[in-house]
Order: sequence, then C-alpha cells, then structure tokens
Amino acid sequence: MNEEQSVAESPLVLQKLQENYADALLAHEETRDGVAVVVGKDDAYALLEYLKTEAELGYTYLVDVTAVDNSQLESELVKYDYARFMVVYHLYSYQGCCRLRVKVPVHERDLRVRSVTSLWRGANWLERETYDMFGIAFEGHPDLRRILMPDDFDGHPLRKDYPLRGRGERESFNFETQNV
Amino acid sequence: MHAELERATGEKMVLNFGPQHPATHGTLRIVLELDGESILKATPHLGYLHTGFEKLGEHLDYNQFIVVTDRMNYLSPLSNNFGYVLAVEQLLGIEVPKRCQYIRILMAELSRLADHLLWLGTAALDLGAFSVFLYSFREREKLYSIFEKTTGARLTTSYTRVGGVLRDLYAGFDEDVRQFITNFPKALRETHTLLTRNRIWMDRTKGVGPIASEDAINYGLTGPCLRATGITHDIRKAEPYSSYDEMTFEVPVGSNGDAYDRYLVRMEEMVQSCHIVQQALDNLPDGPVNVEDNKISLPKKSDAYGHIEGLIHHFKIIMDGHGVQPPVGEHYCATESPNGELGFYIVSDGSGTGYRIRIRPPSFLNFQALPHMLEGGMVSDTVAVLGSLNVIAGELDR
Repeated sequence: MNEEQSVAESPLVLQKLQENYADALLAHEETRDGVAVVVGKDDAYALLEYLKTEAELGYTYLVDVTAVDNSQLESELVKYDYARFMVVYHLYSYQGCCRLRVKVPVHERDLRVRSVTSLWRGANWLERETYDMFGIAFEGHPDLRRILMPDDFDGHPLRKDYPLRGRGERESFNFETQNV
Repeated sequence: MHAELERATGEKMVLNFGPQHPATHGTLRIVLELDGESILKATPHLGYLHTGFEKLGEHLDYNQFIVVTDRMNYLSPLSNNFGYVLAVEQLLGIEVPKRCQYIRILMAELSRLADHLLWLGTAALDLGAFSVFLYSFREREKLYSIFEKTTGARLTTSYTRVGGVLRDLYAGFDEDVRQFITNFPKALRETHTLLTRNRIWMDRTKGVGPIASEDAINYGLTGPCLRATGITHDIRKAEPYSSYDEMTFEVPVGSNGDAYDRYLVRMEEMVQSCHIVQQALDNLPDGPVNVEDNKISLPKKSDAYGHIEGLIHHFKIIMDGHGVQPPVGEHYCATESPNGELGFYIVSDGSGTGYRIRIRPPSFLNFQALPHMLEGGMVSDTVAVLGSLNVIAGELDR
C-alpha cells in the first residue's frame, strides 16, 4: 500500500522507467534539478533510446554528455562496485519542461560505452570531448578523434591522476613535426 | 586566407578557413572542400583556445572560479558569472535576497544587450555593412561604461559572489541605465532601416544556412539559433530562475531557421531585454545584496576590522579550505545566456573546491551544426553563417 502511494507520487519518467527497465536501474533519485537515474552500461543505449522515442516522455534534446572520474570520491566508488568513471548524460524534454540525468558507471578495465550519435547528432562532439578528456571510447562513434587537445597528445587531462600543470607539454611540444 | 589546391583530382579544392581569419572572431578553423564555389564538406577544427577551465575548477575554490567564468564568453561575462554562482547557490540550497536577484537580472540583461550589439556589429561588418558596426559599437560603449562603473572592469567583471554580488549599484546607476534604454530604441531603429529591408543584406542572409527545427533539436541548438527555427523555448520562461518569473517579456521566434531569422530574433531580443531592464529598475527592491550568512558571504569591512567575530568570519572565508563548502552531491543548473543554454554541472565532495565542474557551453553545440548549415551552400555564405551563429572561441574551447 505504502509502496503504491510512493510510486504514484513519483514523476512520470520514473514510473515509466520502473515499469519497463526495472532491472536496468541501479539507482534513482529525485533531485532539485530533476530526476537522476543510474543504469548499467549494457542497458544504457536502450534506455536512452526509449527516453527519446517514447511519445509521453519526449526527451528529444540531449543537453550534455560528460564524465566524472570518481577515483578520489570514495562515497561514489563504493556504490557502484568501484567503477572509476561515471558517464553522465543530461536530457531535457521540451513537452514536459523537465530535466533528467542518466549516469552510467564504467570500469577502468573496460572503457567502452555505446555511442548515442545514432540517436542525437549533437552527441558527436560531446562524446569526442569525453573521449579526449577521460579516454572513454564510444563504440559506434563515426569519428572518434580528440577534439580540444592536439591529435598526438598523450594522456587524458581531466582524469584525477593527471597533474594540473601537465606533463611537460610546453617543453616537448614539437612545432615542426606537429601535424594539426 | 590561406588556400591550397588539391590538384590530384583536378575538381575538388580544399580551402583552409582560419584560424586567424578576421571573420572567425577568435581562433576557429574550418576546412572546406569545394567543388567550384559550392561547399561539399566542411570540417571544423577546434581547441586553439583550450585553456583547461574545467581542470582549473577542480583546483580553485568556489569563489575563485568566478574569475575563470569571465573568460568563457568574453562578450557577456556578467551572464557567465550569474549562471555559475546560481549553480553553486542551488547546490548549497540558499537563495539570495530579492535586491540581489534584481541586480543580477539587470546586469544579465544589459550584458545580453552588449553581446547582441557586438554580434550585430561584427556580423554586419563581415558582410560589408560598416556603418552598422559603428552604430552598434557606439551603443555598446555606453553599456561598457555602466559595467565599468558598477563592477570596476569592462571585461573581467567578476561581479557576482556566491551568495550575492561584489557591491551594491553605484549612486547614478538608475539614471545612467534609464538614459540608455530611452535612447537605445532609436539606435535600434537606425539599424533596422540600414539592414532589415536592405536588398544586399537580405540576399546575403535570407535562406542562407537554414536548419529545420527537428534538426536543431537533434543537434542540441539553443538560444537565438533554436528560436529562429520556430521553437518557442527560453529557459527564462520554461524554468524561471532568480526573479525572472516576475518579469513580463515575449520570446521572439523565427520561422525559417536561416541567418536572416537569427538576425531578426536577436534584434527583437534586444527590445525585450530593454523591457526587462525597465521593469527591474522600476521594481528594484531595497535591502541587502548579500545573504546574511557569515559562512557564505564576507562580513562588512567595518566588522572585519572592528570586531573579532567579523575578523574570524573574514579569515575563514578567505583562507584556503575554509570557504564556501556545499554538501556532498551534484547539481546541474542551466541559464539562458545570450548564446543559449549555459549549464554548470557541479559535483561536490563536501570540500571548498569543486570535485568536478562541467561547463555546458552553448557555442560548442551551436558550432557543431555548422557543417549541416554550410554543406550544399556557397563558399561566400560561410562568413554569413558563421557570423549568424555568434560562436565565441573562449566558450567553445574553454
């Protein structure tokens, strides 16, 4: 009885996801900026596709794709089996005027996530940036190159083990052979 | 412009546009593959102005990062300041006093005017309309004088603080701004007479670089570029933040999603911004401009020098690791910046420094749609389309 009541009060998107993707959802919460859900890597693409195409939800606008390196955030690490990275998708529904955050834990031993470029063309550069900054490979991406850093750059700057002042890029940057 | 001929095929020519072309307004580079004068393929290359803002965010405390936000969209630093502190405040769960909200809206709308004016001047200049550039820069100069008097700087304003603003408005602010918004519509009319029905301007922009509304959503376009396609979406209306719910204004939309509509939308947005400024001035409440919480905003100078509590609070906020400390958690906050949705996604580990600060820049996603708008068009349209998008390299590359 109590459980039913709480389900009825939760936002439509959570109800829908709990109906259709109950097994895929690792966690969910209602936050001040909307709804946040955590899904397993294998179910992420199907869930995002569902969110985009389901007429009642209409999350047609992919706001952002990014990642967080949780290696120094113990509280997050323990929750998701010590997965180092969290790929974060922000979605927006024009019809419901509501936001949704979808988070996908990614282990360092298998840094591959299926690309959503086939759903949103806007994901192209966002995924490239995430690849560039964190080294997460998006499978099925049409053009997975670095975007902000030079092509021959070594390392992924937004990882927590990358030092703020770099690893001697200025000293070792070769202007003559640099192929931009 | 440096051009190189690809002689192997004899037909296709590769043209390198930028990164130091005057019409790129910064360091943008596009490699165009041409067949005669029509564009087969456009490939943007970016990163020339990459400064590592997000990495810096993990090493600066919450108030120090405001300085970095000035340098993102350097045409409207006040909007960036506003968007960022709003995200931190929502993470903290605090709300600033009404007067502060109104001051922030005033400054954000004035900076929208300044941003659109610079866009108007340079976009017209790129297409050869030199007088428009002079008119719009004349008006923009007046705004920059107001910014300088209010914040102490023309460009690196750093006006907001977590929990408030740097200082209250100066004594003659009301008069200066009222004078500006009284004279500004006349300047805007002058521009309309120069451009809106101008045969050359219409030929160069009408039907140039069009994008359909479904494609615009699919690419994640926001701001004037999205509204030009006919979608009535403005974050100030859809998710009113600060005190925007108390303001009456219209959201102008276009219909064709071409460069001309983007021009018209921006022109009308300037009129609407003037309305908002007028309302905010008329209803500007009295009261403090900072939250009265000594753990968040600095105490008055007289307290810091005259009382031990004031001194301790001042010391605690300024000292590394003692300042503003939001609870563990994460938050995404979007504001309607002049170019579109400017979002900050902040992950906090409970310390005085953000664990991860992600900036969702409008220019990055707007620029991504450029090949879609260019391909199939003429090479001379590149400048017109690029100008109409108002891509700011500082925000694009961060």
